[in-house]
Amino acid sequence: MNVSYFPGCTLKNKARDLDRYARQCAQVLGITLEEVENWQCCGGVFTTAKDEVATKLSSVRLLQAAKAKEQPLVTVCSACHNVVKQTNHAMQIDGEFAAKVNRYMADDGEYDGSTQVYHYLELLRDVVGYDTLKDKVTNPLKGKKIAAYYGCLLLRPSSVMSMDDPENPTIMEDMIRALGATPVVYANRNECCGGYVSVESPALAKKNSLAVVEDAKAAGADMIITACPLCRYNLVKNGADIPVVYFTELLAEALGLKEDANE
Amino acid sequence: MNKSYLQEDLLRMSGVNPRKCMQCGKCSATCPAYDEMEYHPHQFVSMVKNGDIEPLMKSQSLYRCLTCFACVERCPRSVEPAKLVEAVRLAVIRQQGANRMTANDIPALLDEDTPQQLLVSAFRKYTK
Repeated sequence: MNVSYFPGCTLKNKARDLDRYARQCAQVLGITLEEVENWQCCGGVFTTAKDEVATKLSSVRLLQAAKAKEQPLVTVCSACHNVVKQTNHAMQIDGEFAAKVNRYMADDGEYDGSTQVYHYLELLRDVVGYDTLKDKVTNPLKGKKIAAYYGCLLLRPSSVMSMDDPENPTIMEDMIRALGATPVVYANRNECCGGYVSVESPALAKKNSLAVVEDAKAAGADMIITACPLCRYNLVKNGADIPVVYFTELLAEALGLKEDANE
Repeated sequence: MNKSYLQEDLLRMSGVNPRKCMQCGKCSATCPAYDEMEYHPHQFVSMVKNGDIEPLMKSQSLYRCLTCFACVERCPRSVEPAKLVEAVRLAVIRQQGANRMTANDIPALLDEDTPQQLLVSAFRKYTK
């Protein structure tokens, strides 16, 4: 199966592991990620104002590119996913906004909100299936206690993101189980790390990030996984004393694709 | 800007109807930036409803909202306070010379691990 793929700005730079392992694992699972040509940065955050049009055009062009190839669009970064999915939703429900957007779309063709957007985790759960994933695991991560950190952007607003129960999600815990490890559930797994406020108020980001780490540790975790480069940065920079890794890296380890898997 | 026009503009931009709010305070109780805010999410809702917008436009609280959608998700009346905070912030930074951040500020913010996502997100929130 071939799908359109949007890595986004950070996966081309500071979060190369998130991208590299996503591609390698998809290949093993029978999915080819075709990177959209000439993509532009999504902007990192979705602007909820209805009259913000220009800031959403890069996402619309991306969605249109996937539509032209009759493929679903797959994202990996939590922030990209949130921006692209919320933009797609606005194109579906807000006719006035969609009309304004389409005035900019002469070169690409009008876009109608019809592209299916998957986060990579949804691809694993809904397209590959966790039973199939389990069969492909060559290096089960037995004995590892892993805390899934969702943060804010993967799940909310749930009326749009529709990934999982926003207060009691299981999509990452089920993945952890399929990989042979033990998921650790803790209260702060869907609370915000502080996000971009770390440029203005490092103290706020530090407080929020450490609350996540301490909570995960108190629940017995020896590792935290995330899909978001900014979550990882905030947690690590603010002193996480257990490893914080991308979920694709964990996946690669279980699928035997990581060179240092036995370290 | 004329006050009633500004109020109308904020409601139109955000799509929020503050009259649905029953002031239960759940949005503020769940806000991860609560301690750093002068005006809290439920106050944004009531103050915009009452046309008391100037103090909000001058407040640092605008730049503390994380847009984590916790208040949007947990509001029992679907008021969606974060969208109102966003609208007030845009009303400020859309004014000439009111950018919160410029490209010149970036070098001082960088360390070797700074993800691009942090800078583009902050820029989108603080700059027009």
